[in-house]
Amino acid sequence: MTEESLWYIFINASLVNNFVLAYFLGICPFLGVSGKMETASKMGGAVTFVMIVASMCAYGIHALLVAVNAPFLQLISYIVVIASTVQLVEMFIKKMSPALFRALGIFLPLITTNCAILGLALFQTNKGYGFFESFVYALGAGAGFTLALVLMAGLREKLDFAEVPGIVKGTVLTLLVAGILSLSFMGFAGLGSQ
Amino acid sequence: MSNQTKHTGFFASLENSPSTNEFIKGLWRENPVFVQVLGMCPVLAVSNTAENALAMGLATAFVLLMSNILVSTLRNFIPKQVRIASYILIIATFVTMVDYLIQAISVDLHKALGAFISLIVVNCLILGRAEAFASKNTIGKSMLDALGMGFGFTFALFCLGAVREILGNGSFFGIPFFPENFQEWVVMILPAGGFFTLAMWLLIFNAAKNKG
Repeated sequence: MTEESLWYIFINASLVNNFVLAYFLGICPFLGVSGKMETASKMGGAVTFVMIVASMCAYGIHALLVAVNAPFLQLISYIVVIASTVQLVEMFIKKMSPALFRALGIFLPLITTNCAILGLALFQTNKGYGFFESFVYALGAGAGFTLALVLMAGLREKLDFAEVPGIVKGTVLTLLVAGILSLSFMGFAGLGSQ
Repeated sequence: MSNQTKHTGFFASLENSPSTNEFIKGLWRENPVFVQVLGMCPVLAVSNTAENALAMGLATAFVLLMSNILVSTLRNFIPKQVRIASYILIIATFVTMVDYLIQAISVDLHKALGAFISLIVVNCLILGRAEAFASKNTIGKSMLDALGMGFGFTFALFCLGAVREILGNGSFFGIPFFPENFQEWVVMILPAGGFFTLAMWLLIFNAAKNKG
């Protein structure tokens, strides 16, 4: 495990195969919380934290399940770990910053059903990543998610002042912008080929 | 719990018209994808061919139906505080079953759908129906609701998959659709194509709603 390969994993997870724009994971918060820049970046932080914890736990659980030969429990145990981590983060944010808690609203408990996190745990298991690789993978995925969310929020803040036909307003406009963003992220495609 | 009660509930609710409504609403008026914009991840990710889209839609519909039945059966036994966790466990169980089932039926299909079968667990549509409908209604009604929503979801996925495959691959269910010299719109197969196609369908739906 050289330093290069870890770097490659990070770039791959955050830019080349961005979780939101290339794998379509975590679309719900991407469309829902990307209205304001500030909320978006904090949401990104919360998701990144849950990702890292969940990825570490998933690594341990996978090793355990292989040891006791019960791979069919994988999905159930992953989701339980994620749900409890989210609960923890929710309590922490509620205590530390009630304002942020209100701003994130329903999307905070919904991190549990954020496919990006479960997807991350499943992908790292499929790819057979070790402990450090999993950690870097989670970090990259979290960074990629935050990046996509913040970029989207910036674009949408600008679009609030644009004259848009009524029929396109709302989700349609967001999806179109997301499509263009996804196209531009394809420019990274050659970056990690090695 | 027995089949008997399920059947009487099912047929009884078919007879009075407001319940048939539960079925129809998921197909059109409250279509999970086009109207409620729920469960977007699989909608965008596996709708690159019509076949994948159909398989994914049916798998989701099955999980939705089974979990709605079970949640509705147990609705009086699950304590309020732990209901979300219980629902997720119920859903995860059925998803694991579907995952192994698809693997047994077609390895190729399993490979094409990849991790997205497992990711049915975190499809907000299923948890949403469990929480908003099945936990408050009888088994018969919940079944109808699940069938309607499931087919509505499958229909929407199929709409996307068909458009993306025809334009991006020049084929429909793997059968060539256009003459030899058709230039494929590669962008439709790529992730960006998913966003654009969905935006287009939503636009059509909005236009239809504004008119009617």
